[in-house]
Amino acid sequence: MNQEQQHAPAVLRLAGKIGDQALYILTDLGRMGIFLYFSLLGLCRHPFRCKELIKQVGFIGAGSITVIFFTSLSSGMVLGLQGYYSLHKFGAEGMLGSAVALTLIMELGPVLTALMVAGRAGSAMCAEIGIMRISEQIDALECMAIDPFRYLISPKLLAALISVPLLTAVFDVVGIWGGYLAGVKLMGANSGAFFAGMQQSVTNHDLRLGVVKSFVFGLLLVWICTGRGYFVQKIRGAGFGAESVSMVTTQAVVMSSIAVLVFDVLLTAVLL
Amino acid sequence: MSKADTVFPEAEPAAIRFAAVSKSFGERARRHLVLNKVSFSVPKGKTTVIAGGSGQGKSVILKLILGLLKPDSGQVLVGGQDIVAMGYRALQEVRMLFGVLFQGAALFDSLTVFENIALPLRERTKFSNEEIRRQVAATLDQLELTGHEEKFPAQLSGGMKKRVGLARALQLAPKIVLFDEPTTGLDPVMTKEIYELFSQTQQRLGYTAVIVSHDIPQIFTLADQIILLNKGELDVFTEASQIPYSTQPNIREFARQVMGLEARGE
Repeated sequence: MNQEQQHAPAVLRLAGKIGDQALYILTDLGRMGIFLYFSLLGLCRHPFRCKELIKQVGFIGAGSITVIFFTSLSSGMVLGLQGYYSLHKFGAEGMLGSAVALTLIMELGPVLTALMVAGRAGSAMCAEIGIMRISEQIDALECMAIDPFRYLISPKLLAALISVPLLTAVFDVVGIWGGYLAGVKLMGANSGAFFAGMQQSVTNHDLRLGVVKSFVFGLLLVWICTGRGYFVQKIRGAGFGAESVSMVTTQAVVMSSIAVLVFDVLLTAVLL
Repeated sequence: MSKADTVFPEAEPAAIRFAAVSKSFGERARRHLVLNKVSFSVPKGKTTVIAGGSGQGKSVILKLILGLLKPDSGQVLVGGQDIVAMGYRALQEVRMLFGVLFQGAALFDSLTVFENIALPLRERTKFSNEEIRRQVAATLDQLELTGHEEKFPAQLSGGMKKRVGLARALQLAPKIVLFDEPTTGLDPVMTKEIYELFSQTQQRLGYTAVIVSHDIPQIFTLADQIILLNKGELDVFTEASQIPYSTQPNIREFARQVMGLEARGE
């Protein structure tokens, strides 16, 4: 703060701070927008790194199967148990399959998959890119006239666009199976009614909503996580060195999780 | 005429030229001026050493040359072309002229030594795998790195990392090689070895070298031209013995404090 600012009235100092923060947020949004543009452009630039894409699909997709399996099984079983408990009061156990399937396909599948991938793979991607930034590896790429977006970010982006919808599909199937185990095998709901209800109520529109959400969430989490790592040295209050990477990684997971939840509401409101 | 000839015309005597370049950092209220309207030229095919204390803007000059930073004002000319106003693609063409050895070598830690050195060839040329293997093997042999191809950067000593960084920097036959603090963290024996390596490779390949270092006065033995920086001021010398006669008071002060040279000509 310079001398002039120190002697300004408190209200002006407050207005100055708010303005400064607003300018920072706008600059940051602009930076992230340009980052997304170049990352998408990198998908079309030659030579595309196919081996890296396969590696990333393995890391984001295959590597997340275990956590997705347990999350979906537990969510499906809880849905089955609670659904049976609530529906049984009205004698509507026959609706259990429909309730479990619709909740998983339209809502829990895409959202929980994205949150799990953000926690597991998003944090790792952010830390990797952040370390590459602070150890000048990204500068080295630029100096060799290698586009860092095409080389580093685009394969991760495409891998997430492939993996997250597939993981969501796995989540849905395992979740429904968990709901079946809990509702039918444990609580004694009718098996035929469970599947018939599901078949009748789930439409293509519901499936499409789940797929669209999973694509959008996959894009959001890779964009935010890699973007925060890429701009680690430009983020206000992040500090320096290893500390800055840890701060930014935490921030990336929180921001991508919030973004997933906000976009979930928006997409549901628009597409339902 | 190749692309490199277009970007780096023969008629232009200076490989790099700074014209009244200013650069500052920090947010408005706490702005710190690092370079204050500095001007100098780097002659083609020669070694220019940029020296000065820590935080005086030496590495900033390298980043400005590479277009990784934009100056607040002034021009940065590479081969006679101002890179400040250049678009992304034109800047990529100019960057093809450079090889860079970073302070910490900036090797990709998930790639082996071989993959690190081969990276610019894989990404920027149409060489076959066999041609890449042959060229990398030749470089490894020249820089005495044969047998270490499959190691990862974390398994190498500081001196070896610098040699791998140099090998990578030289793969695309650069016209200009930039060295950022090349001997930081190395013992005196390794430092001497690295200096010899610079001289040998420069004699063999004839590139323009810009070395940023605070290894004073040893680094001056390599220099055809010396640029000294202190407190935003800059002066250019052809020999270290001229430094005490600088017309800039901050440079004379630097010579007195750091190099133990008595200021003269006042």
